[in-house]
Amino acid sequence: MYDMKALYEAKSVSHACELLIEHPQSQVIAGGSDVLVQMREGKRAGKELVSIYMLDELRGVTLDEDQNIRIGSLTSFSHITHDDIIQKYIPVLGEAVDMVGGPQIRNIGTIGGNTCNGVTSADSASTLFAWDAVVELTGPEGVRRIPISEFYIKAGKVDLRPGEIQTAILIPEKAYKGYFGHYTKYAMRNAMDIATLGCSVNVKLSTDKQTIEDARIAYGVAGPIPMRTKTAEAFVKGKKISKELMKEFGEKVLEDVTPRDSWRASKAFRCHIGEVMAERGLEKAVKRAGGEI
Amino acid sequence: MVVGKSVQRVDAVDKVTGRAKYTDDLCDKQALIAKICHSTIGNGKVLSIDTAEAEKVPGVVKIVTCFDIGEKHYFPTAGHPWSTDPNHQDVADRLVLTDRVRFYGDDIAAVIAEDEVAAAQAVRALKVTYEEYPVVLDPIEAMKDDAPRLHEEYPNNILNHTSSRFGNYEEAIKEEGLTKVEGWYDTPTVQHCHIENFICYAYQEGERLTVVASTQIPHIVRRIVGQAVGMDWGKIRIVKPYIGGGFGNKQDALYEPLCAFLCKQVGGRLVKLDISREETFMSNRVRHAMKFHLVSYVRKDGTFAARKFEAYSNQGGYASHGHSIAAKAMGAFPQLYPCENVECDAYTVFTNRTVAGAMRGYGMPQFAFAVESHTDDVAKVMGIEPIAFRKQNLMPVGYVDPFSKNELYTDSFNQCMEKGMKYIDYERKLKEYQNQTGDVRKGIGMSVFWYNTAVWPISLETSSCRMVLNQDGSVQIQLGETEIGQGADTAYAQMTADVLGIPFENVHTISTQDTDITPFGTGAYASRQTYVAGFAIKQTGLLMKARILKYAHELTRMPEYNLDIVDGNIVRTTDGRELMTLGELAKEALYSLEHCEHITSESTAQIKSNAYSFGCCFAEVEVDVPMCKIQLVDIVNVHDCGKLINPSLAEAQVHGGMSMGIGYGMSETLLYDEKTGKPLNNNLLDYKLSTFMDHPHLEAEFVENEEPTSAFGTKSLGEPPACPVASAIRNAVLQATGVAVNQAPLRPQVLFERFKEEGLI
Repeated sequence: MYDMKALYEAKSVSHACELLIEHPQSQVIAGGSDVLVQMREGKRAGKELVSIYMLDELRGVTLDEDQNIRIGSLTSFSHITHDDIIQKYIPVLGEAVDMVGGPQIRNIGTIGGNTCNGVTSADSASTLFAWDAVVELTGPEGVRRIPISEFYIKAGKVDLRPGEIQTAILIPEKAYKGYFGHYTKYAMRNAMDIATLGCSVNVKLSTDKQTIEDARIAYGVAGPIPMRTKTAEAFVKGKKISKELMKEFGEKVLEDVTPRDSWRASKAFRCHIGEVMAERGLEKAVKRAGGEI
Repeated sequence: MVVGKSVQRVDAVDKVTGRAKYTDDLCDKQALIAKICHSTIGNGKVLSIDTAEAEKVPGVVKIVTCFDIGEKHYFPTAGHPWSTDPNHQDVADRLVLTDRVRFYGDDIAAVIAEDEVAAAQAVRALKVTYEEYPVVLDPIEAMKDDAPRLHEEYPNNILNHTSSRFGNYEEAIKEEGLTKVEGWYDTPTVQHCHIENFICYAYQEGERLTVVASTQIPHIVRRIVGQAVGMDWGKIRIVKPYIGGGFGNKQDALYEPLCAFLCKQVGGRLVKLDISREETFMSNRVRHAMKFHLVSYVRKDGTFAARKFEAYSNQGGYASHGHSIAAKAMGAFPQLYPCENVECDAYTVFTNRTVAGAMRGYGMPQFAFAVESHTDDVAKVMGIEPIAFRKQNLMPVGYVDPFSKNELYTDSFNQCMEKGMKYIDYERKLKEYQNQTGDVRKGIGMSVFWYNTAVWPISLETSSCRMVLNQDGSVQIQLGETEIGQGADTAYAQMTADVLGIPFENVHTISTQDTDITPFGTGAYASRQTYVAGFAIKQTGLLMKARILKYAHELTRMPEYNLDIVDGNIVRTTDGRELMTLGELAKEALYSLEHCEHITSESTAQIKSNAYSFGCCFAEVEVDVPMCKIQLVDIVNVHDCGKLINPSLAEAQVHGGMSMGIGYGMSETLLYDEKTGKPLNNNLLDYKLSTFMDHPHLEAEFVENEEPTSAFGTKSLGEPPACPVASAIRNAVLQATGVAVNQAPLRPQVLFERFKEEGLI
């Protein structure tokens, strides 16, 4: 039994926006795997909910005319994992979201919900950061698109304006073409867990596969919101692939990450595994791109 | 004969199809809903509770606070048989609601409402003011003179301190050429995590009060509810339907007393109290966290000259099962590796943590982690291979414990170890994994255990059984011993079928215990039921059989001693001729105009014996040193629990215990905020119960040495599987990395700190 004041079912995106304006205290609910849990805990008890779950137009993965990958915000994790476009162009995103919770959560949980929560540990978020994803938001004033790094404001807070809902996540062609990635989730058990640290790395190699043309690395739980470690990225750019380079890459991430001490894990421990994950992640991404170390 | 066969469990179909009824399924949907207001401080006093806002919530029926309980009936909660000797009774330190808060989550008020939402809203609307005292969470800190005192009558918070001495430790350590090995070992607070959280409902009819509860111990709970609400025990009726696990948490009166009390507060109306997972972690029972200090003085030949054992057991806020757990651990020390000069001390200490009670293993998982880790540490220092060291020092065949009179009749330890070594290819791997370098290292380790069966001679052992013959020759059997998921009902049916000589399908075990009609028995704990109920079943079955054959004599004119029951038929033993079916006899007996008799039997078996159960665990790990992570690659438990009643069920029992041991060794620990005593991870996301994905194949093997004291040759298997696993994993990590990790669980944060200390990372 949930302590719910009212549930409004949106019939279209514009209807959802209207409902949100009409009920300014309300909370958007998609799959509900976070909202209902919080409601049960008493945190969102007594709230009005606006459900967008029936909006099928927000489901699915497509390529637009510019070859950008468009992921509808209501697309479930298991859908993303098994989607042909994802598997062909950015399989690492499918792998990352396949590490969320358990099978039931992956069937109901959506990528939109995962990002709109604004939590740093979301398994999709670090990979989306690493792939320069763009967030599409639709509101009473129309559609706006912003880089995911600007969408996250602070822990638990994202750039959603009154009446707005997230309608899609886009991966631009220039961000994925020629790039190969790897995601590592560090958790205390192999299922049903949140990340102690998440690390997503991708690389683009030179045609002879000897040099790193470009590398991007993003972390979850290395700070209050998902983050890129630009120092390490800049450091490896244009460098020849070697075992030492991987190691130095790992060391460089420490200049940017700012994990905190908590009862879940100490800062020193998170920094230590962050370094190992960067080193190993880059190695795996390079190998996936056809490079040899 | 069906004993020894893997027949399908009697409740299998009902349970997998969802037809089996559990407490919540049985409760009338009109029930009032109670919710508890738990303290949000870890130590102190409730000064006031303002109910004004909560009263206004629509649907609230009644709010009862700790100031409204009237006459204070202090009661003990431990699920032990009652003792008529006041010196042997459990500590009565609980009230249904209390103004003196001793842990974060103590029960200070309750709301009764028409539905769950109203009850939850009203609990949130209660305004509580406290006088707050500092908290103490560690037993050694709590023993200090300046520590806050939880219970006035227990100075230095020591609930109990017991000692045992053998020989002369102080003299023995003076022997020349001894090597001293010393270590501190630490085990965590863990919770049982049974699938079904505690739930009960209560209602009154006339003067009598019924509580339907998810409990392991209905007959014991009847007594405790009577004590807690100040009613005659005969006016209380406890009903125990199917339950979704207990593992010892439900070997305590949890909230049956409070629910009974709340029911009385609303004129005997039906009140349901359904406990959430968060409350289960915070306010039920946990396994005692223990700190051990072990010292061994070892001769050059690898024998022990003298040993010391100190245990500090974290009791949490109230006594519950109390010192029994630490005392059991201490009792095992001089027995597992006998040594002439031993000094043992065990302290059970109140702290502001969650109340510790019974949990699968009752002190032995803690003991095994410390002592079997220490055994490997000693072997390493002495340069002796761990199994060779154990063979040299373990309890020898023929050993008799002077107190319990338990005996090691057979070469069980060696037989179990041989089997485990063979399965896991121990000797080859031990060699192969020596002196590894590199990031990922493999290791192999093991641990042994022994375990008692039942509680004699510390406490009463008794079981009563009733059998009733039906018209078709089938039989109902009732026992006070409870099915809690382990398969007890099936084992009872198998034993009954064999004693009576009837087909297994013709035995109907009445699963539900109802204290109004079920014969007296104390319930599921101490790995006692198959052993103890076995005596009651055999005795009652033989009584029943004699009555049947007596009646058969009347019908057949054959002397009783020439008759037997075979596969449900009355058989003449002289020529093997089937004279009639048991069904024909039963029909005649019930409807006879000559001699009508309802053939039944009932008897009590008091048991004054106990039996050692033995075994070991072998674990193989792969340690990713830079990632501070252990992967469990392979694991095997080998048990000598006597003859197996049902091999498949026995195997399942071992799998479950191994799973618990894996969590205990690698991931599970309930954490508390140091300043407030608030539990930090009291939910199944943050408390890292291991999942299927964290388990390799779980191999369960057996050595079947028939136990001579036992009615069916069987002995304990319920708890033992959980005992040796954590230490086997720890010893495998020691072999892989050379690093002794003395703190369970070996979670990544702990490995990180230890690997750093040892310079591995």
